Amino acid sequence: MKLRRSMLFVPGDNAAMLSTSFVFKPDSVMFDLEDAVSPREKDSARLLVYQALRHPAYRAIETVVRINELNTEFGIKDLEAAVRGGAHIVRLPKTETAEDIRQLEAHVARIEKACGRLAGDTKLMAAIESASGVVNAVAIATASPRMIAIALAGFDYLVDMHTKRSDGSEPELFYARAAVLHAARAAHIDAFDVAYGNVNDDEGFLREVRIAKELGFDGKSLIHPKQIPLLHAAYAPTPDEVNHAKRVLAAADEAHRNGLGVVSLDGKMIDPPVIDEAEMTLQIAEAS
Amino acid sequence: MNTNETLVRLKTQDPALGPLRPFAGANASTPYLESQDTKLHRKLCGSLEEAIRRSGLENGMTISFHHAFREGDKVVNQVVDTLARLGFKNLTLASSSLLNCHDPLVEHIRSGVVAQIYTSGLRGKLAEAVSNGLMKRPVQIHSHGGRVHLLQTGELKIDVAFLGVSCCDEFGNANGSHGKLSCGSLGYAKVDAQYARRVVLLTEELVDFPNHPVSISQDRVDWIVKLDQVGDPTLISVGAARVTSNPRELLIARRAADVIEHAGYFESGFSMQTGSGASSTAATRFLEERMTRKGIKASFALGGITGSIADLHKKGLIEAIVDVQSFDRDAAESLRTSSAHLEISANEYANPTSRGACVDRVNVVIESALEIDLDFNVNVITGSDGVMRGASGGHSDVAAAADLTIIVAPLVRSRIPTVVRRVTTLLTPGESVDVLVTDHGIAVNPARPEIEKRMRDARLPVMTIKELYEKAVALTGEPEPLEFTDRIVGIIRYRDGSVIDVVRQVKN
Repeated sequence: MKLRRSMLFVPGDNAAMLSTSFVFKPDSVMFDLEDAVSPREKDSARLLVYQALRHPAYRAIETVVRINELNTEFGIKDLEAAVRGGAHIVRLPKTETAEDIRQLEAHVARIEKACGRLAGDTKLMAAIESASGVVNAVAIATASPRMIAIALAGFDYLVDMHTKRSDGSEPELFYARAAVLHAARAAHIDAFDVAYGNVNDDEGFLREVRIAKELGFDGKSLIHPKQIPLLHAAYAPTPDEVNHAKRVLAAADEAHRNGLGVVSLDGKMIDPPVIDEAEMTLQIAEAS
Repeated sequence: MNTNETLVRLKTQDPALGPLRPFAGANASTPYLESQDTKLHRKLCGSLEEAIRRSGLENGMTISFHHAFREGDKVVNQVVDTLARLGFKNLTLASSSLLNCHDPLVEHIRSGVVAQIYTSGLRGKLAEAVSNGLMKRPVQIHSHGGRVHLLQTGELKIDVAFLGVSCCDEFGNANGSHGKLSCGSLGYAKVDAQYARRVVLLTEELVDFPNHPVSISQDRVDWIVKLDQVGDPTLISVGAARVTSNPRELLIARRAADVIEHAGYFESGFSMQTGSGASSTAATRFLEERMTRKGIKASFALGGITGSIADLHKKGLIEAIVDVQSFDRDAAESLRTSSAHLEISANEYANPTSRGACVDRVNVVIESALEIDLDFNVNVITGSDGVMRGASGGHSDVAAAADLTIIVAPLVRSRIPTVVRRVTTLLTPGESVDVLVTDHGIAVNPARPEIEKRMRDARLPVMTIKELYEKAVALTGEPEPLEFTDRIVGIIRYRDGSVIDVVRQVKN
């Protein structure tokens, strides 16, 4: 199972960051061709990102490219570079409907065929940045078998909702978080929480990470490498959780060896989802 | 008694007696005691010119300086400007180090005032000009410990030391830890005061006798000049006292702390030294968390002391600080206020032929590098363009002596790889280097298999240095080899005085 706790934004026009971002070991690195890049730098950024995607340094890490919207003059060019460069995932910004995804999917399929890439190899994820996107989240999440994740982007969404970010429990984001998360779970894909903009406020960042983790988000979009170790530490299971997971797996293993269909631990029956969760816990512990 | 007759008789009776002379009056050899003015104020000079005149400096002699004021130093330029104005030529300039603020020396070399340089490092326009063949005689680059060795052997003979201090009294009791221009330890100046034939102190503040604490004692001081400016206090700190927010430096720092934690020396009573680089300073912060968690206290930290080290001392995590040079205001303040923060000379710090050098007692040191090669040889002097831009400092001194020498460096700086096939200039031999920590991974010297095993057991990202080199080249491409002329512009003296490498003039 692919861990997706941290998705690090890297501005596509920043060559220095493109040549180093992988050393910080985020679970996924997202090259941004959209908002982080000014219109006059779009072409050079696209070229830089294409070269980065093909570089051996990025072979061992999941790569995501955030393209410009398809109805802009840059969208299709970005998509060509991303798919031909070998990006694992294309992230579509400002996704509002399932049709946006289906349209994206058609272009991706066409480019894969044109460049000889295996059909279906390029995965997709959608960023939800508006009220429409939130209410259509389930349709968006299930629009294509290529979909692997859905992400909430807070800034545009809150503007759309006529409100702004608050401190504390962030009630203004609660509905959107819950909606996006439910859509992801219904579609059996991953869910990313919003990025936290103040890179110098570790406390605020961790407060938000706790909210996301408790709600059940797989991870979070990150805008600075220093947020990676903080996030990974916050997502790391406790020693008790690790011990319990080991005991669950040991019990499952023993039941399997003895040919028992039912696994039990401390007199309680263990369901298959519990075993899956135990495996996930150890995987996260291993990666933390 | 007819004294002369008595002395003749004495010599006759005991021919082995040395030269004797008769008593000639209570103050025959101390005439300054005759007047209150000369008795108390005789060392004070009204101007730098007067001090130079009284010092007996002549053409072709050697003058010396220290670099505790770093980029804030105003001593070297003022003294050499004055010497130029007075018409001096052909001098040897021996400074414990030279920095960007010493660019004006270029003109004094051109005009023949300075003919030869001994220093631990040089930077800026001076370094560029020297690298491009400015001087007829190659510059001598020594380590901090090696400089004392050269003084001891007599190769380097200081005729007049011009030593800036933050305060002194009229007898010459001086320190760097008090006064407006406080720079902390005067570890390098102490050595010059000991070995120079004549010592001139330059100070902004004359304080009442007896000034204390005494870093340079009155019995080593000949003349004192009060100047309007000896240094700029705002430029004394090297690096920033605050911890870097550069994620790459933080990553390297965290890994360096990981290496220290798991390499086998991290136990109560261990000793450490860190450089002034951003990653070194940040590593100290990461160590703090580990020391607190494991209940480990260090017995002492040596150096080159930063505010981060002083902070750990304040928190009780480092019992004592042994300080040859205070890198920033917090370190200087710690020296001023803590009785367990000790000031030492460069001889006590790192001289290989000292009767006791503190580097010999260091367990773990973190150092930086401009280049490190496949044999773990380190260059901290020349840049990738072959031009000198760094300092030997205590690099080879501590690396040779410490139990565990860790080099921290980004694998690539801009487009320039740090891990190279062969260093441009060899300063610290690979046999003294144990672990390289980069942002891309950690390499352990094959001579230390037990360290490598501990790193692997701790699941740190260990790879061979060749793999790191290949990663670097994959990012930057193989750099074009530099082209040099045959002319030697710099001699790299190892800490024992031997020649470990030379720097050649860059071909333009």
